[in-house]
Amino acid sequence: MQFGLNESQEFLRDSARKFFAGECPISEVRRLMETDTAFDVTLWAKLVEQGYAGIIFPEELGGVGLGIVELVLLMEETGRALLPGPFFSTVVMAGSLLDALANKDQKKKYLAPICQGDARATVAFFEPDGTWDFADVHLTAINGKLSGEKLFVPDAAVADWIIVVARNGVFLVDSKAAGIRVEPMYGMDLTRKLYSVRLDDVPGEKLGETAALPRPRGIATVALAAEMVGGMQRTLDITVEYAKTRKQFGKPIGTFQAVQHQCADMYLETESARSAVYYAAWALQHHAPDAAAAVSIAKLYASDSSRTVGNRGIQVHGGMGFTWENDLHLYYRRAKASETAFGDATFHRERLARLTIDAETASAQKS
Amino acid sequence: MDLNLTPEELAFRDEFRAWLQANAPKDWAQWREKPLEESFPYLRAWQRKLHEGGWAAVSWPKEYGGRSASLMQQAIFWEEMARLEAPPMANALGLGLIGPTIIAYGTDAQKKRFIPKILSAEEIWCQGFSEPNAGSDLAALQTEARLEDGQYVVNGQKVWTSYGWVGDWCELVVRTDPNVPKHKGLTVLLIDMKSPGVEVRPLRQMTGESEFNEIFFRDVHVPSENVLGNVNDGWNVAVSTLMHERGAYGTRLLLIFKRNTNRLIELARTIQCNGRPASQDPILRQKLAQCYAEVEIMRLNQLRACSRISATGAPGPEGSIQKLFWSELNQRLQQLAQELLGPYGQLLAKDDHSIDKGFWSYGYLRSRGNTIEAGTSEVQRNIIGHFVLGLPRSY
Repeated sequence: MQFGLNESQEFLRDSARKFFAGECPISEVRRLMETDTAFDVTLWAKLVEQGYAGIIFPEELGGVGLGIVELVLLMEETGRALLPGPFFSTVVMAGSLLDALANKDQKKKYLAPICQGDARATVAFFEPDGTWDFADVHLTAINGKLSGEKLFVPDAAVADWIIVVARNGVFLVDSKAAGIRVEPMYGMDLTRKLYSVRLDDVPGEKLGETAALPRPRGIATVALAAEMVGGMQRTLDITVEYAKTRKQFGKPIGTFQAVQHQCADMYLETESARSAVYYAAWALQHHAPDAAAAVSIAKLYASDSSRTVGNRGIQVHGGMGFTWENDLHLYYRRAKASETAFGDATFHRERLARLTIDAETASAQKS
Repeated sequence: MDLNLTPEELAFRDEFRAWLQANAPKDWAQWREKPLEESFPYLRAWQRKLHEGGWAAVSWPKEYGGRSASLMQQAIFWEEMARLEAPPMANALGLGLIGPTIIAYGTDAQKKRFIPKILSAEEIWCQGFSEPNAGSDLAALQTEARLEDGQYVVNGQKVWTSYGWVGDWCELVVRTDPNVPKHKGLTVLLIDMKSPGVEVRPLRQMTGESEFNEIFFRDVHVPSENVLGNVNDGWNVAVSTLMHERGAYGTRLLLIFKRNTNRLIELARTIQCNGRPASQDPILRQKLAQCYAEVEIMRLNQLRACSRISATGAPGPEGSIQKLFWSELNQRLQQLAQELLGPYGQLLAKDDHSIDKGFWSYGYLRSRGNTIEAGTSEVQRNIIGHFVLGLPRSY
């Protein structure tokens, strides 16, 4: 048993870190977050060139064919860089959904262009008065046409296709089709834009049944948790650096135990979230019987700890941490948006309770 | 990353599992509730049996009677012990902490003299570190050893000594040079507890038991060949023991926590709360799930630390991270048990109404010590702050 990264996994992580540090420094993040869509064509092309858009998809579609462990390593780096734009929505949400549900022709038509950087897509799930539970999805396709409203759809304004999760199936619609109205929602996280999508009798192409949703959803959930871990790590790094250099009472504030212990807790929470994410990724990749529980454990822990790590980091920075100029609030904002996306800690604790307390045996768990 | 057991790990597991099934005593359940004073001969006999099978100290190098087991094999060993609910070993500190320190720092003569009897439980070891005025600040200890006619003469007091009442030998940290900075004047002595001038007193703790002792040393003579490591290098020797202390318990505790969490879930299914099983109460469900998740994360943190140490070859501050996590987690787990049991949670073993024969009231009180023993949570956070994150020393 070996719960460390192998050489090629370390290489992937290191080269991704270098790539984002070079191509997407925080100055670029700040520039893009002030734009309407936070999307940059050049950055997207470079990212595609690295193979990131096809990282977990089959090589015959132009993908790289790597596993979910590799995906979470990449997501940690997008989280550390606070990568703006539609990477998570296109590759992780829409891509893994297409990979799991679509037929061969549909994959060629929709997933291949995503891998090759020629198209972007997103997924519309959440409904007004709904939750992240599929039981709360009511929009129903009637004769292949979709009508209703979806909220919190990431990057819909730059998506070529919107994949709509309906009560009776998963449907792909052209974002330019008549009857679709995409309007911005203004959230705390300025780097990942959210939209409401209103559909009025829009024809949809059916990709598959909703029974196949849990797996792509598990992948997206753990990838998001991995991105949160990357943000936590960056927050910790910035904070430790500050504690070493900022002086009060004639010495670095990191000398004081009240500050040191905040940093120690940030470290413990970050590492614990990382352990949970790595395991969930491995369990999903290998279809382990406890994969569903592992995904919920990763998301519930990351949801709570990315918030507390942000709180501690800003607290250690004092007044400086409360300024717009300091980068921590950018991570803090992303953490809050990610905390609730795909279910917050309370949501996943209840899901875990169903899997472990209500189930007679652990082997009854479904992924 | 590969979380499946390797063929070697599987073979190790199967071999030990078969041995354990054939050799583990079947009557441990009748003994485990009894005071340690009564069950101790039983535990000694069990350790002897493990030793005869070559299983008493799997982590030790082969030449010293171990199996040179990898960290993962050690984890497998404890998992199997827990799975079969096998009794613990009598000489826990000798095997887990002091033996490895003697192997690392001892002379050939010391190894020959002490190691075999640690393995066979013929000589039980205790650890004389903390003092009334030296807890977290261990290096401030005052028990002194003066060299007189080729022998050390020891005077002072130790406290919180586990197994003191049954100890044949003690790994004792003493001050041999009071005129240098505190870390530089310490030496580790191996002391025969039957020496004249050694007095052991029970220390009654808040649970009512006496797991620990106070030990008084009055002009105790120790031959100079019983110095472990170099004179005035005792701090490094002691730290080596402490690293074993913080690292070693994790795996064993994990299995206890898993069992306790499952026990809580079972209890929640039967206890009524607002007219339905507590397991259906939305708030208790949240707390049970959180506990379940944190115990699982403790397991995963341990596995990652295991892999990291195996890759780098050196145990670092991982032990501090584990210790901090498990001690605080156990307090949350015990508090959750109390919430679940309501007024029954407080009942002691002797009360007929108590749940699980007072297991949870004892567990609650005992867990209060977890964040203090083997290095307080504050000390562990200092270690993480300084040694992991590179923050300046606070003291």
